[in-house]
Amino acid sequence: MYPQNFRYTKEHEWVRVDGDIGTIGITDHAQQELGDIVYVDLPKVGTKVTQGATAGSVESVKAVSDIYAPVSGDVTEINSTLADAPEKLNSDPHGDAWLIKIKLSAPAEMAKLLSADEYQKYIEAEK
Amino acid sequence: MRYLPKSDSERRAMLDVIGVESVEDLFAHLPEAVRLKRPLDLPEGISEYEIVEYFRARAAENANGYAYFLGAGSYFHFRPVLVDTVVSRGEFLTSYTPYQAEISQGTLTTIFEFQTMICQLTGMDVANASMYDGSTAMAEAAMMAVRATGRGRVLAARSVHPEYRAVLKTYSESQGMPVEEFGYVPEAGTIDLEDLDRKIDDLTAAVIVQSPNFFGIVDQVRQAAEIAHRRGALLIVVFSEAVSLGLLAPPAEADIVAGELQSFAIAPSYGGPYAGVIATREKFVRQLPGRLVGQTVDTRGNRAFCLTLATREQHIRREKATSNICTNQALLALMASVFMTVYGKKGLRELAEQNLAKAHYLAGLFRPRFCGKFFNEFVVKAEGKKPDDINKALLKKKIVGGLPLGRFYPELADSMLLCATEVSHRADMDAVAEAFQ
Repeated sequence: MYPQNFRYTKEHEWVRVDGDIGTIGITDHAQQELGDIVYVDLPKVGTKVTQGATAGSVESVKAVSDIYAPVSGDVTEINSTLADAPEKLNSDPHGDAWLIKIKLSAPAEMAKLLSADEYQKYIEAEK
Repeated sequence: MRYLPKSDSERRAMLDVIGVESVEDLFAHLPEAVRLKRPLDLPEGISEYEIVEYFRARAAENANGYAYFLGAGSYFHFRPVLVDTVVSRGEFLTSYTPYQAEISQGTLTTIFEFQTMICQLTGMDVANASMYDGSTAMAEAAMMAVRATGRGRVLAARSVHPEYRAVLKTYSESQGMPVEEFGYVPEAGTIDLEDLDRKIDDLTAAVIVQSPNFFGIVDQVRQAAEIAHRRGALLIVVFSEAVSLGLLAPPAEADIVAGELQSFAIAPSYGGPYAGVIATREKFVRQLPGRLVGQTVDTRGNRAFCLTLATREQHIRREKATSNICTNQALLALMASVFMTVYGKKGLRELAEQNLAKAHYLAGLFRPRFCGKFFNEFVVKAEGKKPDDINKALLKKKIVGGLPLGRFYPELADSMLLCATEVSHRADMDAVAEAFQ
């Protein structure tokens, strides 16, 4: 279920690192909890994000939830296809429906994040 | 849903169910230091006879039978009788927030109609269910622009209602939103476009102009839009005299329109309560504060209404809400809705034309201070007399004069803002002109 090559936060974001670029999304568990997603608010390209700080929000029919940056860096790309098709976050949260890409400024922060197994255990314990 | 007060025995029964001795026990968890240890400082209850006497005496203090030439944000218009007939119905008068669509279709329908009519009047795509008044609507519009642009600075014209600007300043102090002002052209009374062009920068989130402005003058909305948009700022257009929208082109160049609806059958009532409005382009709908009613279908496919986009509101999103406004002026907005329905598009236009004609008759008895085109208000100089003295003399003739401007504009201390509406009589207007002689 949860890809082994991702790292996860307790706020239910994931990050996949290729070189110095981190791709960030929300987890399958997060989309299930939120329900039908109707709107995604993403930061502008060039914005500096800080680990643990707000980097946008996801709106479902029942709530608006902040997205917290799993790692720090500069936003290099945003997934603009989500503006017209936010429901992709419900169908493919770990793939096509990534949110933002950032150039990592502190790769050492990755060590603080959860592995796939740790995240799996964490959400089971939360239930 | 009706509001009915509880009797002592009902209170006792409820306290028994939850197992506490008194209402006071419900506050026992609060620290002693912050609790009031005495009853509220209120007078004793009085009999029905005494309360009727009291209100008769207060009502007798009203200036009944006076003619009014005072506008400046609160206008004396005729209130169609139908307005009070509709809003006095218990279903509207005592209902609370329509969270439950299942039992609130009547209220929700009226709010949806209100929003629709406001969009038609303002030329915007979406309007909310109303705000407290024009001034708070304007401040919320400024904060909306800050959120939408990611910038912080706000530029407001000095020809915007001075009290609206004061409210904006109050909001801005705790929002970290610097507010600066730009001037007006002393001859025309319109915004000083050069001053705006000089003061706007790439940190400016919004430019705020009012039209008709505080001096009654139809202002240069299109030119302000050009300057604002060239620098990536939003244009907020404010109105305080809603009747003007019956005649003037909708401020379609605006990104946000904020205004006051008191003119639409809401009694002046010593300054409030009134109803504000905020309308915008669809792309900013998620930044729109307050209540919003949307159209949907029920399980049987019937047209129905419900609160929508509520996920950004305070009761769900707590401290991260779009705004701390979590309510609207439903009953007063309903007055405005009934008013708009009674007049209709053609009637509102005729009403606006009467206001224009009467104000221009009155202005014809003077030489207005500004040469800009005006709607139903204009500024005149009191040559050789003090504006306050003129008002004192008029009051003796049962005429409420205009607003002496020195309080808000020291450079216009010799001037008065006069307003005429559809209810102004020629004899009274002539008497006003005479008082200036």
